[in-house]
Order: sequence, then structure tokens, then C-alpha cells
Amino acid sequence: MTTKQRKLSSGARNNLFAYGLLFPSFIFLSLFTFYPTLKSIQLSFYSGPMTRLQFSGLEQYKGVLEDEIFRKVILNNIIFMIGTVPTSLFLAMYLAIWLNKKMAGSSLLRTSFFYPTIVPLIAVANIWLFIYTPQYGLLDNFLHMFGRDDTNWLGDPNTVMIAMIVMIIWKDAGFFMIFYLAGLQNLPRDVYEAGEMEGAKPFQMFRHITFPLLMPTTLFVMIVAITNSFKNVDHLYIMTKGGPDNASNLLLYHIYEAAFTNWDLGKAAVLTVILIVIMLGITAFNYLYLDRKIHY
Amino acid sequence: MKKLNYGIIIVLGIISFIPLLWVIITSFSPGNQVINGGFPFWVSNPTVENYVNAWKTAPFLQYYFNTFVIVSGVLIVQLVTVTLAAYAFARVNFKGKNVLFILFLLQLMIQPEILLFPNYQVISQLGLVNTKLAVMMPYWASAFGVFLMRQTFKQVPYDLDEAARMDGCKWYQTLWHVYIPSAKPTYIAFALVSVSHHWSNFMWPLIITDSVESRPLTVGLALFAQSYETGAQWGMVAAGTVMVIMPLVLAFFLFQKQFVSSFMHSGIK
Repeated sequence: MTTKQRKLSSGARNNLFAYGLLFPSFIFLSLFTFYPTLKSIQLSFYSGPMTRLQFSGLEQYKGVLEDEIFRKVILNNIIFMIGTVPTSLFLAMYLAIWLNKKMAGSSLLRTSFFYPTIVPLIAVANIWLFIYTPQYGLLDNFLHMFGRDDTNWLGDPNTVMIAMIVMIIWKDAGFFMIFYLAGLQNLPRDVYEAGEMEGAKPFQMFRHITFPLLMPTTLFVMIVAITNSFKNVDHLYIMTKGGPDNASNLLLYHIYEAAFTNWDLGKAAVLTVILIVIMLGITAFNYLYLDRKIHY
Repeated sequence: MKKLNYGIIIVLGIISFIPLLWVIITSFSPGNQVINGGFPFWVSNPTVENYVNAWKTAPFLQYYFNTFVIVSGVLIVQLVTVTLAAYAFARVNFKGKNVLFILFLLQLMIQPEILLFPNYQVISQLGLVNTKLAVMMPYWASAFGVFLMRQTFKQVPYDLDEAARMDGCKWYQTLWHVYIPSAKPTYIAFALVSVSHHWSNFMWPLIITDSVESRPLTVGLALFAQSYETGAQWGMVAAGTVMVIMPLVLAFFLFQKQFVSSFMHSGIK
């Protein structure tokens, strides 16, 4: 055997070895990520019952895109995203900046903001359902003190989305705060010293030093927050079932209804493909576009 | 200025704490007290009746058992798949490494949570609907875990690896004696994130399970809560809710530091 041949065969053995190591992960990724994704794309072009599927091209896409409820659901999801993401990011950053300093009670406060993260969303929904119940719910009880009348927070299309948004901010702000606390601890001291020498005011320090230096953290947290706003729908099952009149319905819950309440497989496949495209789009936009604009 | 901001934060902190406090207090309140109004953070005649009734009405013990099996079943398999894949990506040079890496990356963007409907079809083709196995399987590969572990394995000095090989260690012995021990904090971080995630998971088990034998706590709680719509039974629903969140909340208060740092670890991508 020449040395070249031996190299090749050890290369081949390396390949086999690596493939063997990756094999267990790869089976499950194939079964529950790659295959379902491709299957959804394929199924989205077919219609009819499962046993007699007929090719229908883009017909179903047309149907879904023209559907009033679909448009409402997408609009809801965008409102939900715009309502939750910037607010919880801002709140998280604000909390982190003030709780980063060591003072009496700061770890107690951190705990109070962080614990909602580990409470299951379905349990959160149970608790907040009590809070939002008209008349004897906690919120109305509180508002009675100011002479306000009862409000059906979850039953009124005008308030239901706000109610959901507030709840999700409560659940997520503390989670994002942790990343900002970590980010703050990694900031270089000397930049601040230079800032102090120049006589910068606290707010100027924040605007010109802290905020830009925290941009990588913000980018990461933003991706997590945006994907969460499409992923987290458990609360709808308990609180509103998407109602009233679809006012609180979100895309993933709409998929659940299409697939498991109405058994409309073609529509569910189209909706799933749309959701996959959105998820890929968010990540691609963040990494390919925003990432380049941020200076590390 | 400083005082104002701390004031705001203290008020927010109290507001944030109220839902937990309230659900616990309500769970010990007699039924009529909840709807009759009065100060909601005080119970004049605390009772454990709600817990007794909730425990009697729904098979919580079975649900606990199911959740426990599911959570540990997911974690144990994940630890194996993640370790092997991470080792390959961190320390073996092979053909197609980049392509495979990107394929793994896809799972970070297309997580099993959003594939509810097509994954249901896969499970039903495998004939596994309504089993605990079906609840676990979509999570047996974790791209997130692979990236987390790969990062950690890469920090293990090559010298250690080589020294072990010189001593005649096979690759699995090196993995076992060198890589895994040095990645212990990352394993703990991953385990905490995985356990709390799967303890909380709801939509997927809701769809794929249909009986008491395979349903986890979250689904059991949702069905239980839905059968009581009037305020008079809030105490019972609150008791059920507390039973589901308590293991996590208690673990969190006991291992706060590990929890917080594990969630921070989960940010490394």
C-alpha cells in the first residue's frame, strides 16, 4: 500500500466513524424534521380525503390566502409579535441594568421576575384566567377600588389581545433579563472609565456605550422572542380557544384547529408550510441582514 | 432618579410575584370565599379540601408518573444522541461535515413544536398514536443540545485527548473519561433546560395522547380545569395548578443558581 492509499482508507474510515456517531441523531431529525417538512410541502399541493388525494397545484394556497380568517390570524400574530417583543425586550434591559448593581433585595427581585419562565404556559393560562375573570377576578377586584365597572377582558374582541400580550410579557421579560444580565457582566470596564473622564451623563453612557454594546444580546433575544410569538399558543386552549370571533387566534393554533378539529389536511399542510417559511425567514433575516449591521 | 427607578422596579417585582402568591392562597381557600369577594390575599379558614378533591377527581398520580417517564425518557436518549453527534462535529474531520451541520441547524429554526400536524402523521404511520413513546420521540434528537455540547467539547485541550490515546484508550473510553467529565456543567445546564421544557410541553402531548395511561400532567391539568367553569370551583383548579407547577417552582428555588446559569448557557449558540 502506498502512503496515499493508506491516507484515503483512513479518511474513509474517519467518514464512516463520524457517520456512525451522527446516525442516532440523524434518524430522529429525518423522521421528525426533514421528512415532515417535505411531506407538508408535497401535501400542500394536494386536496381531498387522505385515501383519494388529488393534485390541485396552487389552488389551496389561493384558497388559504383569500380566506378572511387566515388573514385575521396572520394580522393577529403580527400584532401579538409587535405587542410582546419590543416591550419585553425593553423591560428586560431596563430590569437588568438596575438589578445588575448589587443592592439589598436585588436577588429577591431577580427571582420574582424570573420564576414565571419555569411555570408551564398551560398553568400560566389557568392562573391568568382567574385574574381576567369579570366581576370576581383579581384585576376587576382591583379596579373596583377605583370605581371601574366590570370588564370581560377575554370576552371582548377589543381587549382580549392586550390581555394576552400583558400575560406573555409577564412570563418572558424575566427570561430575557437573564441574558441581559449576562451581557452586562461581559462589558469592558475601560470604555465606561473613558466615558466618565469625558464627563458623560448616565443617559448618554447608556445611549452611546451600553445600548450599542448590548446589541449582540438584543439580536439573540429578539430571535428567541419572535420565534416564541409564533410557537407559544398553549394559553389559547384554556383561555379563549382563539375567540371571541378569532380575535385572539394565532397561526399555530389555527393549524391545530384546521388539522384536528376540522380534519382539513390540505389546508393544515398549506398553513404549516407558511409557518415554516416564516420561521426560516426570521432566522435568515436576523443572521444575514441584522447580524452584519451590528459591530461586535 | 435612582430612587425613582428602584421604586418602579420594586413595584414591578411585587406585581410579578402576585400571580404565584394568589394561586397558592386560592388553593387553600374554601370555595365560597373566592366568589364572595373580600381581600383576595387572605384566607380566614384555610383548608386542604381543594387538594383532596382535586386528587380524587383526576388521576394526578398517574399523570405525575407519565410526566416523569416522559421527561426522563426524553433526557436519557437526548444525552446519548447529543454526546455522540457533538463529538463527531467537534473532533472528527469527515466528508460532508458542513452540509450535515447545516442540516442539523435546520432543527433550530423548524422546531418540532411547529410541526404538530405532519409529525402526527409520522407517528400514526409508525402506529404509535397514544403512547408515551410518541410524546418523547420527536425530541430525541436535539440540534440545540448538539451545538451546546460541541462548543464545550471543542474547549477540551487536544493534549488530554492525545494523552488518553497514547495510553491505549479507545475513542469511547476517551469520550467517557476525558470529554464527558469535563463537560459536566454543560450537561447539568442542558438537563435542566430539557426537563423544564418537557415538563411544560402541552400542545404536542395534547394531540398525540388520548388516554389516562399516556397523558402528561399538563394535558391532565387542562382537561381537569376545563370541566370547572364557575368561580366556586376555582379553589380546586388552583390546587391542581399548584400541584403541576410546584415541583418545578420548588426545584427552582432550591437550585436557583444552576437554573439561571443553565438558561444562560442555553444562550450560547
